[in-house]
Amino acid sequence: MKQLALVIDLNVCVGCHACVTSCKEWNTSGTAGYMADMNPYAKDPTGTFFNRVQTFEVGQFPATETVHFPKSCLHCEDPPCVPVCPTGASYKRESDGIVLVDSEKCIGCNYCSWACPYGARELDEHQKIMKKCTLCVDRIYDESLPENERKPACVMACPAEARIFGDISDPDSEVSSAIRESGGYQLMPEWGTKPANHYLPRRKASITIHEDELVRSDNPLKKEHQLPMPDDDDPTFDEITSW
Amino acid sequence: MHPAFSIIFLTTLIGAGQGLFLALYSGQLYSVLNLLPDESPSFYVIGSMLVMVLLVAGLMSSFFHLGRPERAWRSAVRWRTSWMSREVIVLPAFMGSVVAWGLIHYLGWNPVLFSVSKNISVDVSLLVGAVATLLCFTLFLCTGMIYACLKMLQEWASPLTVINYTLLGGSSGFILATVFAAWQNSGMSGFFGGWSVVLTLLAFLTRAASLYRNARLKHKSSLQTAIGIRHTDIQQTAQGAMGGSFNTREYFHGASKRKYKSVKWAFLVLAFPLPLLLLSFGLGSHVMELLVAAFLMQYIGLLMERWFFFAQANHPQNLYYQTV
Repeated sequence: MKQLALVIDLNVCVGCHACVTSCKEWNTSGTAGYMADMNPYAKDPTGTFFNRVQTFEVGQFPATETVHFPKSCLHCEDPPCVPVCPTGASYKRESDGIVLVDSEKCIGCNYCSWACPYGARELDEHQKIMKKCTLCVDRIYDESLPENERKPACVMACPAEARIFGDISDPDSEVSSAIRESGGYQLMPEWGTKPANHYLPRRKASITIHEDELVRSDNPLKKEHQLPMPDDDDPTFDEITSW
Repeated sequence: MHPAFSIIFLTTLIGAGQGLFLALYSGQLYSVLNLLPDESPSFYVIGSMLVMVLLVAGLMSSFFHLGRPERAWRSAVRWRTSWMSREVIVLPAFMGSVVAWGLIHYLGWNPVLFSVSKNISVDVSLLVGAVATLLCFTLFLCTGMIYACLKMLQEWASPLTVINYTLLGGSSGFILATVFAAWQNSGMSGFFGGWSVVLTLLAFLTRAASLYRNARLKHKSSLQTAIGIRHTDIQQTAQGAMGGSFNTREYFHGASKRKYKSVKWAFLVLAFPLPLLLLSFGLGSHVMELLVAAFLMQYIGLLMERWFFFAQANHPQNLYYQTV
């Protein structure tokens, strides 16, 4: 069964929030209605976002590493938010595994957001319905867009190409090979939700080189061995040879 | 979790209503078995009206929790998977059966169906009451399971949640039944009073058990599993929003440590020993005010208990918001 997902490379993400703003820009004109911004220019501005980037500092100063961590709905293969919904507004599509909220059916009871361990759902302050990442379902199938643009807005916007989009159930897809080759992992595996979105861990950017790898000690002709420079008093090559 | 007053009032009000019905019906059952003096139909009629007032008030309160209350009817659809949907179905069904039970007493449509012995005869109201009792316990189960089924909220994910909702509702309802019976000069007040003591003590034991359990709870999720970075020393430097978000409001109670702790001790006193003291003095001295005070004090205690129930639940998503 098809399962669309994002794979986010934490080794590459620079924390620029381009995915956050492009997500908001695209989805605020989506079919479910705009994404509210309350007090945008006043004290305590707040609003609905499908995607947020958080930053963590790992280790103790000065030996620290900064990890930028984008998080949106993980489109779990066994989503805990779906069975608890009393109206059926929260559902997972059979065809591509995207978890969606039917904006016409949602009663805004917040119960699905309680069931989600990741805090991926947000109640829209203006419309009073639950909102979440749709994997840009209104983009990825839009045939009026050029084929290479049929991707979620966050993937299109990422300047570092830290986000990959594809079908994780297809072992030959780019996302599957990235998960396989780069140690992709899921968040909070302890709840058995099987998140479809995966993260690629930070990778070491240094390698250990031993001296004998630079000098070929086993070379019988000692090709790298350099002769000492001749002294100035020594005869030149021309002086010791005759034609 | 952020305690929502709509849910606090919903669960405490319907709990008291359910308990009151169970008290009235057990009174009827005892009088049928000739263990208690018979009561006039008006006793049950006024009693069932009181039950309905509590249930309707609770239902009204629940609407304030919905973002789109005009769509509330949709919430009965997913009863196969959602405990909330089941509650939405069982609550009106229970209300309907209580109304039917009250009407049977009021209109006197109460023919004897069959007799067990010379003195014990089963009439229609007894049968309707039995159906209502079944629905009443189902409602307790549904209400409790709404919280107990969320396995990631480990403070709630325990059979104790359902047991506490049932026993606390029962305790509150039986104390109210004692007040009601004393007001009606019924001979049942002693019977209700006795069971109030038993239920309140049982509720104290199970609530204390859940406090004991939660104090020793080991959370399955950690910041390491939340972001998948295996390091013992991780600090959050940015939460993704400067002015707060749904995530920082919905899942945090926002009270100071002192308030949080004092609510716990306040409900432990107000919901259990204090009403029992007032109840026993009230029944001993036949002072109505003491009995009313016993119910009201306990109700305030139960509001605090429910507030604490929500506030204590630590949602795993809070790991993503280390500095709230």
